[in-house]
Amino acid sequence: MSVRVVSAVRLVQQRSIVVLIALLVALAGLIEIIRPGAVNASWVSNILEFAAPLGILAAGQTLVVITGGIDLSVANVATAAAYIMASQAPYGVTRAIVAGLLVGVVVGLVNGVGVAVFRVQPLIMTLAMGLVVTGSLNVYSQAAIRSVPGVPAVIHALGSGTVLGYVPVSLFLWAPLAVLLILGLRGTGFGRLLYALGDNLEATRLAGVRAWQVLLANYAACGLLSAVAGLVLSGTVNAADLSLATVLLLPSVAAVVIGGTSIFGGSGSYSGTIVGALILTVLNSVLTLLDVPDAVKQVLYGAIIVILAAAYTRVLGHD
Amino acid sequence: MSAVPNDTPLADSAALLEASGLVKHFGPVVALRSADLRVRGGEIHALMGANGAGKSTLVKILTGALTADAGTITLGGRNRSFRSTSEARGAGLICVYQDPSLLPDLTVLQNLKLTATPITAFRRYLIELGLGGFDLQTMPRELARPTLSLLDLARALAIEPRLLLLDEITASLPADLTVRVFNVARQVRAEGRSVIFISHRLAEVSALCDRATVLRDGKTVGVVEPAQGGEERIVKLMLGPVADEVAAEAASPSAPATGAVAVEVRDLKAGILTDVTFTLRYGEVLGVAALEGQGQQELFDCLAGVRRSESGQIMVGGKTRTFRHPADAIRAGLVLIPADRLQALLRQRSVRENIALPLVNRISRWGPINTRREKRRVEKAVKRLQIDTRVQSEVRRLSGGNQQKVGIARWLVGGFQTLLCFDPTRGIDIGTKRQIYGLIKELAAGGSAVLLFTSELPEIQLACNRVIVLFGGRLVDEMPAAEADEKALLRAAHGLPAEADAEQEA
Repeated sequence: MSVRVVSAVRLVQQRSIVVLIALLVALAGLIEIIRPGAVNASWVSNILEFAAPLGILAAGQTLVVITGGIDLSVANVATAAAYIMASQAPYGVTRAIVAGLLVGVVVGLVNGVGVAVFRVQPLIMTLAMGLVVTGSLNVYSQAAIRSVPGVPAVIHALGSGTVLGYVPVSLFLWAPLAVLLILGLRGTGFGRLLYALGDNLEATRLAGVRAWQVLLANYAACGLLSAVAGLVLSGTVNAADLSLATVLLLPSVAAVVIGGTSIFGGSGSYSGTIVGALILTVLNSVLTLLDVPDAVKQVLYGAIIVILAAAYTRVLGHD
Repeated sequence: MSAVPNDTPLADSAALLEASGLVKHFGPVVALRSADLRVRGGEIHALMGANGAGKSTLVKILTGALTADAGTITLGGRNRSFRSTSEARGAGLICVYQDPSLLPDLTVLQNLKLTATPITAFRRYLIELGLGGFDLQTMPRELARPTLSLLDLARALAIEPRLLLLDEITASLPADLTVRVFNVARQVRAEGRSVIFISHRLAEVSALCDRATVLRDGKTVGVVEPAQGGEERIVKLMLGPVADEVAAEAASPSAPATGAVAVEVRDLKAGILTDVTFTLRYGEVLGVAALEGQGQQELFDCLAGVRRSESGQIMVGGKTRTFRHPADAIRAGLVLIPADRLQALLRQRSVRENIALPLVNRISRWGPINTRREKRRVEKAVKRLQIDTRVQSEVRRLSGGNQQKVGIARWLVGGFQTLLCFDPTRGIDIGTKRQIYGLIKELAAGGSAVLLFTSELPEIQLACNRVIVLFGGRLVDEMPAAEADEKALLRAAHGLPAEADAEQEA
């Protein structure tokens, strides 16, 4: 390998986020080429609005993937949280929101107990919990509700309102959350432990860490973030039906992987996931613009994830 | 080549294998610097070297399991470089390793077919190895380890290799079977073919081998004829310039310490470990001497909170403690340095995060990290241990010795009263070993208690004040370090009475 190639590889290794941002810009450029003038302030505003629920959902996923796990119940939790929030809306907005968030925390805690205390494989545990949540939600909807509930105005404003014409309201929730997560992962003991557990569970135990405590708290946090994402999403689409967030399960994992977090745990960042979520949203926008049929969209979606994952193993030596 | 002192300066036209200037890097770690090896036809040639000297890397390069970064290999005068083990096998180079390689769930016959081994030749060598009546339908799973080793050897011999490599094959063989292996090796030599023999046992080497090539730190440092009183020279060459210092240090072992009792173990039972009772004092390094699997692992695991004891007591500071989790042991001041460094380290994380890990091991420490304070503490430990941090970013890129130092530095930062070192110098070069033992002594002098198991008996005297010996899970002997030379320890570790007792009995 020539020196230039080596140094390029090194740049990619150390600053993979730069490459991801370049990819994002390239996609935006593609849209501008296809339809000149399309990339403007309101387009950016739209992208951010649609990326926010995915970004928040993928935040929880990032936390879990860093520990070497995966949470396949995030979409079910988001859906359930939004639905229960909406069904509780007649009793007051505060109660509705608390109820929705509580769904997330409770399911997250159950996931955490299963994974951390009973040592069930995260994939199995969260897949099963996802089914339990969806089933329970169906029973609940048949027993308690007469019609699909409406979304309260506050939530609607949170999900689709804008400030100063272009700044989505959801950004005021997502941005502080992002800052908190990025700093928290880097600079708190809890963040350190997530990476440590994902890297080597046994070594972390030997250093005196009670791993179950960390994992339990982490799955609960993931559940809470999923619930928040569900509420925001219900505001964006102004509805809370029984399949609200189902389509976001795979993108939540994809955003994490595209963002450079190792699926085997131990390394990664939320800033990468944010860019990953933006890339997926912009990609969706490109494909919509090209009027690509849904089936082809899914093929391209899958292909891009595979290519990026392969690139990571090659270049970054994620093993 | 002139740098290599050769006791038999022949222009080797008869050289079967000639490897020169072999270099192999693994990332920043240099496994081979400049390895030379010349094996004549009809010769049994020993390959010697301390742990980490590069023997196994050299063997892997010769047999095609690895490729060298630089250097040449000629076999029978032709330039060769093997890209795979099957290519090397095709050229008549085959290696028998210490660990048996037959697939356990296929019959021996199926195993032979899998590797295209001639059956009649295999049978013939089995007879020579004393396994004449062997049933080829047997599953390797059901066989004892020594038998498996012999089958492996017969399988290698059956392809009539020009050069047979035996990598510590005698390590798992009882004496009578070792003799049979030797006889077969001599027969191979008589047929004009060659053997490379690797063993840690000097006696075997001088009994069997014509010449010995000695490696140190990835370099060939000499070629010796062991039979003519070359044993001493081999040892000197293997250890290098530090050998004398080590000998001097070992000659003046520390006296037993008289500090307060740090840990008291009473009638401890766990697995093979039975009724073990001893005390460990502050200010002392207590050595544990034992052969493989005599209960030392269980002892350390119990003390570190990795496993629970079945009965007995562990008392720290006069109070009985129950360790259900390593965290319990760490709270009581007992910390473990395991033999397998990777067991304790976060390979993808930085040196700093690895060292600072104990600083965040409680819920009360989950909050924001004071980076400046952490950095200062980590740097202090890095300096004290002289950790090479040129490749800071990920611990997996450090050399084995530096990785082990990171594992120790963690507890300098995290704090402890009792250090449990389980074979901390396994596979580490002699220079780093000395540093680690120096540090252990220093920590004890500073008031800590250290329990040290090492699989290399001569090292006991380097660091310890006192030694306990485990055999069959029981504590069979205890002696001050001054009496614990290798001979005394070996006798005790084999469950034999001390020499003086033996004479009295006789």
